[in-house]
Amino acid sequence: MQDVSVTIDPGSFFTLLGPSGSGKTTTLMMVAGFAYPTRGEVFVDGAPVAGLPPQKRDLGMVFQSYAVFPHLTVFDNIAFPLQIRHVRRAEIRQRVGEALELVRLRGYDGRLPRQLSGGEQQRVALARALVFRPRVLLMDEPLGALDKKLRAHMQLELKHIQRHLHVTVIYVTHDQEEALTMSDRVAVMQRGRIEQVGPPAELYEAPASRFVADFLGESNFVDGVVTGASVDGRWLVRAAGGLEFQGVGAVPLHAGQAVTAAIRPEKLVPLDAGGAAPGGSVNTCKGTVDEAIYVGDATRYRVALGGDGALTVKVPNRLGLRQHAEGEAVALAWSPEETRIFPRSDA
Amino acid sequence: MSPAEAPSTGGAHMSTVDASRAPERREARRYLLLLLPAVLVLLALFVYPLLGIVDRSVYTPRAGYTLEFYARIWRVPVYLTVIWRTFQISALVTLLCLTLGYPLAYLLATLRPRVAQLLMIVVILPFFTSIIVRTYAWMVLLGRNGVVNQSMTWLGLIDAPLALLYNQGGVLIGMTYVLLPYMVLTIYSVMRGIEPGLIRAAHSLGASRAQAFRRVFLPLSLPGIAGGTLLVFILSLGFFITPALMGGPGDVMIAMLIEREVEFTLNWSFASALAVILLVLTLIGFVGYNRIVRLERIFEARG
Repeated sequence: MQDVSVTIDPGSFFTLLGPSGSGKTTTLMMVAGFAYPTRGEVFVDGAPVAGLPPQKRDLGMVFQSYAVFPHLTVFDNIAFPLQIRHVRRAEIRQRVGEALELVRLRGYDGRLPRQLSGGEQQRVALARALVFRPRVLLMDEPLGALDKKLRAHMQLELKHIQRHLHVTVIYVTHDQEEALTMSDRVAVMQRGRIEQVGPPAELYEAPASRFVADFLGESNFVDGVVTGASVDGRWLVRAAGGLEFQGVGAVPLHAGQAVTAAIRPEKLVPLDAGGAAPGGSVNTCKGTVDEAIYVGDATRYRVALGGDGALTVKVPNRLGLRQHAEGEAVALAWSPEETRIFPRSDA
Repeated sequence: MSPAEAPSTGGAHMSTVDASRAPERREARRYLLLLLPAVLVLLALFVYPLLGIVDRSVYTPRAGYTLEFYARIWRVPVYLTVIWRTFQISALVTLLCLTLGYPLAYLLATLRPRVAQLLMIVVILPFFTSIIVRTYAWMVLLGRNGVVNQSMTWLGLIDAPLALLYNQGGVLIGMTYVLLPYMVLTIYSVMRGIEPGLIRAAHSLGASRAQAFRRVFLPLSLPGIAGGTLLVFILSLGFFITPALMGGPGDVMIAMLIEREVEFTLNWSFASALAVILLVLTLIGFVGYNRIVRLERIFEARG
């Protein structure tokens, strides 16, 4: 772990996103107090906390395993942090009631955890972590064990609760879709470092590295060499197979540099024979449809470019947009604005 | 099936229900088949002799069926005294085992696995030697000129050797030593099943180490305490060798009385009556304990 430095705005939803082993959970555990940094400091509300044990940090935490106490009823589970803080009995009853209301478990007070489904246990864990009004709510892949439908539902609910309470959330996940859906800002982590921090749209549209472009969503990667700068500040790139296009540099580049360009499949637009390129599209290429896969909301094409491999193209299934048959020759257009160029690390 | 679920009309409905139950019944039969060898062994080697003992306790070839032997237990005070003492010593041994065993089990469950494994070997090792050898070893340690008395005299802690053997203290030391591993292993197995994440969760909710232990770990380890105390208490009731070798004339336990009747007076019927009384009292104790502790609820709560 090194160089992990971020500031999180109060009341915002912040996500640590990365593959397993990227250090996202370790980072969260350092904030929570279950792991100690060898160097560096953790600040909460401007006060250093790295020397404090977890129970003195006043941070709510929701674990992947729920960690609901199996010997206590739902009521006693949620009342636990309040009893520890010697809150008066009447107030405990009121606040637990509010928390149950919040996670929509009214009437579940007397049940034991083993009588609850996974989703319900997760709600109990959430209510328990919120009931003492912690300064920050930490969540470690809390939805990892739920099935897909329930997960999507819980994502929206979590987001509503977070907005409603204005609580600061630090969320850990390896699910990029989850990160994009819920977060105000996302930090993409890899090998113990933060690759990029920003709002979801910025990470998706303007990834700072090849890793981010690959990990978040889907990208076509084309290797090439910088041949020069165009008039409007774009870089000209020539791929090995002869394909030439323009794009935006993620970092300052120079002529002759080996680079990789990333283009999202949905940014590539097939041109009908004789049709004009949409506004802003300057880059074009020609190819043959190798494969057409209907996926419901869209059709995915694999377009072979001859010398430069193949591109994946995603076209929404909308009235008026023609389907292309396998074997059909097709021309593609895309905007230089939507072409990100990274220095090639292996060159 | 509850009455509410049962279809009120239509035979077709019923037949589908029956069809779906057939494989279940077949599976139940397969389980019974797997149980059969164990059941046969228990019937032949446990239930049959036990019935024989019960029979012998109320029957002699000379007098026919009689309750004389039970009446004698009730009439002669020494037998009731011994039974009462047996329960007293067993309760004390159980308490000592729990006091010593719980912290040890906690240590084993919380240490790093490698260190815990080593300690575990130390706990289990005594099982590899015969109980008689271990009891004699204690006698060497605790005797008038034993290691303990000699070193305490040498250190000037005592003037005259202490009586550590042939009294109730000796019995308690010996039995606690022999039965401690049963307590430790039972509690340890339950503690190992407690998810460490729960203790973390307690800390994250503001609980100190002591609070997390008292409110989360201790209640979750109760099944181990319940199982361990029950096991040790029942084993204590029938203990023979250790109290025979390390106790004095005032520490006779019921198993020793039974042995005397079998070996010396050859009054097998009276020995059988004593054995039946021990069994019945143990069962009563078990049921009473179950009432208080609600064993099945505790064990169920783990799942």
